[in-house]
Amino acid sequence: MELYKLTAHELQQKLQTKEVTAVEVAEAVYNRIDAVENKVQAFISLTKDRALEQARRVDEKIKTNTALSPLAGIPGALKDNICVQGTKTTCASQILENFVPPYDATVTEKLVDADTVVVGKANMDEFAMGSSTENSAFKVSRNPWDTDTVPGGSSGGSAAAVASGEAIWALGSDTGGSIRLPAAYCGVVGLKPTYGRVSRYGLVAYASSLDQIGPITRDVTDCALVMNAIAGYDHRDSTSINTPVPDYTKSLVKDIGGLKIGLPKEYFVAGMDPEVEKAVYAAIEQLKALGADYKEVSMPHTEYALATYYMVATAEASSNLSRYVGVGFGHRGQGDDLISMATKTRTEGFGDEVRRRIMLGNYALSSGYYDAYYLKALKVRTLIKRDFDKAFEDVDVLVAPIAPTTAFKIGEKVNDPLAMYLQDVCTVPVNLAGVPAISLPCGFKGHLPIGLQIIGKPLGETTVLQAAYAFEQSNDYHKRLAPLGGE
Amino acid sequence: MKVTRKDVETVAVLSRLEMDEAAMDKFTGQFNAILDYVDMLSKVDTEGVEPTAHVLNLKNVMRTDEVKPSLSRDQALSNAPEQEDGYFKVPKIIDN
Repeated sequence: MELYKLTAHELQQKLQTKEVTAVEVAEAVYNRIDAVENKVQAFISLTKDRALEQARRVDEKIKTNTALSPLAGIPGALKDNICVQGTKTTCASQILENFVPPYDATVTEKLVDADTVVVGKANMDEFAMGSSTENSAFKVSRNPWDTDTVPGGSSGGSAAAVASGEAIWALGSDTGGSIRLPAAYCGVVGLKPTYGRVSRYGLVAYASSLDQIGPITRDVTDCALVMNAIAGYDHRDSTSINTPVPDYTKSLVKDIGGLKIGLPKEYFVAGMDPEVEKAVYAAIEQLKALGADYKEVSMPHTEYALATYYMVATAEASSNLSRYVGVGFGHRGQGDDLISMATKTRTEGFGDEVRRRIMLGNYALSSGYYDAYYLKALKVRTLIKRDFDKAFEDVDVLVAPIAPTTAFKIGEKVNDPLAMYLQDVCTVPVNLAGVPAISLPCGFKGHLPIGLQIIGKPLGETTVLQAAYAFEQSNDYHKRLAPLGGE
Repeated sequence: MKVTRKDVETVAVLSRLEMDEAAMDKFTGQFNAILDYVDMLSKVDTEGVEPTAHVLNLKNVMRTDEVKPSLSRDQALSNAPEQEDGYFKVPKIIDN
């Protein structure tokens, strides 16, 4: 078996028994990148010198029998909105094309402390705004299951890299589904943690009350390992939660006897592909066979979540992105005064979708529309959150689809923003409520993977991982390799 | 069309963005499609419902006022498009 096809926990075994070295593992992954990157287009930049240096350090530690973290020497990718000191962090935007952060994000710091090997920075929709990775200013990533289709977005490069063997694990960020949707489309595992569980320090902001960093991996075990490495309170992120982090690998047990699972019927929206619906119901049958108790629940405000999301997220984005005026960092356009300089800077630097969201957000916040759009959306957000609180009085986890369809063709939705937004209809409620949710494969439509969503209570990652692990271990979807992952 | 081209022009100015005629027309159409969809929110009864700007029940998060390590001046200026004598440089703001 080629090394790049293995999971982090399998590679960890081989490193510890000295069957392979960390440098060999890193080189196997870079050889894989050399072989398929021209087809996948998952990366904005590669950091090979630094990665091999990190790998050599791990090999030294192994030689001297120093205690190692479970991810030591395991190559992974970071979405290009996560700061790495001294490495370009572009957010897939012209405006940050030459931005070299003078500091590490907290997650970067933690992963470096854990001796992981960062192979490169993954492609994404510009400023994490999109559902297909077609909004990148630099390249369009491809789905390793079918290179004519999108990998999903916005963390499409991260998911495509993991699915194609160009990285063993990756980090993405999820504001309205940006980890879970690409994980589903690419047939891998993606977790959006509880809002505040993982520090956002050093994550380029899109919508601050919704953004969370999380893992994209080949299986649930690796997801738990990455969560162990990145979760926790950070005094540099005042919205991070100050409660102890459990050992997430303790959740990797197959027994889910008595676990109460709920199906929110409102998630089966109009336009849902019948094969996706069938796969999700089959997954519920599987969970029942494994001992879970099942009931249908009602979350009546689900249909308003997408409209709410696009008001809240764009309003926050318009405020967050007002910092890009060509003064402190990033691209500068030429102008004789501050306003014309800012206007040139932003006009030259931002792509269409980013402009659209900034303008929509400014519209929703502007005088005369604030009450009808922004404030109204915040009130409906309260009702959406209450739906979750109420559902979780009766059940431990909710089970739902990730998206109405499997991956769509490149170019199919680029000219119709609303059609693109509708891909997020099953994922945005989770961000509005701040709860954790995982995506994992639950079947195929033809050759394209279908994603199952398991949603938990606030800080209920342990239960989510337990249900996901039990389900995963009862099938072999996670063992199938994408055509570009299995040659 | 509830959002006019004029509205889009105004928002573009507020957003410090320039657009040509064709882009302005395209955005006006897309804005209307999106806001028509968003209008479903007006059907929801939110009488007496408090807004949720943030899911965590946080008030101001304070810390002690202590000097701690931070970026050096050179690091802070390392991405500046233009700098001079240790400062960020911008076009003249105030006329004499």
